[in-house]
Amino acid sequence: MARFQIFVTYKKGIFDPPGATAERALVSLGYDEVSSVKIGKFIQLEVADGTSEERVAEMCGKLLANPVIEDFRIEPVEEA
Amino acid sequence: MRFGVVIFPGSNCEQDVVHAAHVLGHEADYVWHGDTDLAGFDAIVLPGGFSYGDYIRCGAVARFSPVMAEVVRFAERGAPVIGICNGFQILAEAHLLPGALLRNQGLKFICKEITVTVEKSACQWMDATPGSLLRLPINHNEGNYICDPETLARMEANGQIVLRYCESDGSRAEGGSAPNGALDDIAGICNERGNVFGLMPHPERVVDPATGHTDGAVVFASIARRLAEVG
Repeated sequence: MARFQIFVTYKKGIFDPPGATAERALVSLGYDEVSSVKIGKFIQLEVADGTSEERVAEMCGKLLANPVIEDFRIEPVEEA
Repeated sequence: MRFGVVIFPGSNCEQDVVHAAHVLGHEADYVWHGDTDLAGFDAIVLPGGFSYGDYIRCGAVARFSPVMAEVVRFAERGAPVIGICNGFQILAEAHLLPGALLRNQGLKFICKEITVTVEKSACQWMDATPGSLLRLPINHNEGNYICDPETLARMEANGQIVLRYCESDGSRAEGGSAPNGALDDIAGICNERGNVFGLMPHPERVVDPATGHTDGAVVFASIARRLAEVG
């Protein structure tokens, strides 16, 4: 079993309504130091041993992320 | 003419579309998302709802339903396809229409009647005088249309912007009139050819005079008239 972590975030310049709302909420709670909040998705993927990162990238481009609005970053998880 | 109305798991506006078609004197039948035969249908409707629970992104899973490969082929040969609300999101995910639909600015699910302006467009589903106003209901959480500046310029040049949100008098507010934050107040767009139309408002809900008015009828009447003309 191999594991990957996938981080999906909005592309630069794409407005992130939940992030903007969280940003305003933090500032209104007194956290004046907050200047930006971006909210994305975190996906944990378990696949058969030997599955390549390219294949995971294909899954991201096809289904897990929408390349029109989102970027994704893939990190293989090293087993302890 | 005969409309095919696709039902995905989680669709919930398919009966409204069939009723609207019947009110206008057309035939309409349901198409199951697992079906792969669209023979006998003159136009395909992807109705509103929450296909596959809106998981991953709205329309992201529905786009891979067996029926969608046929819908893509149907659209590619120039036959008319319309996506209403969740159907619009599915068409965008399937790349039959450019851009994407993000969560509403303000994070509110919006359910109310709004006004849109009919733009001068190539859309086969909107045979109405440019500048005329329509009152249509909206009912969505992810209608915040976005695309890159190049795509917007291309759509503008090709007449692909079909409907824009506006104030009730037809003017557009300085900060935008889209209740959901949509780019350039965009409420509905079509492909270059004009046969594929996606919109967030629900025209099917304002076709039967029993529901108040009939501003939505123009969408279904336009495509019926066009198909009658081209045979």
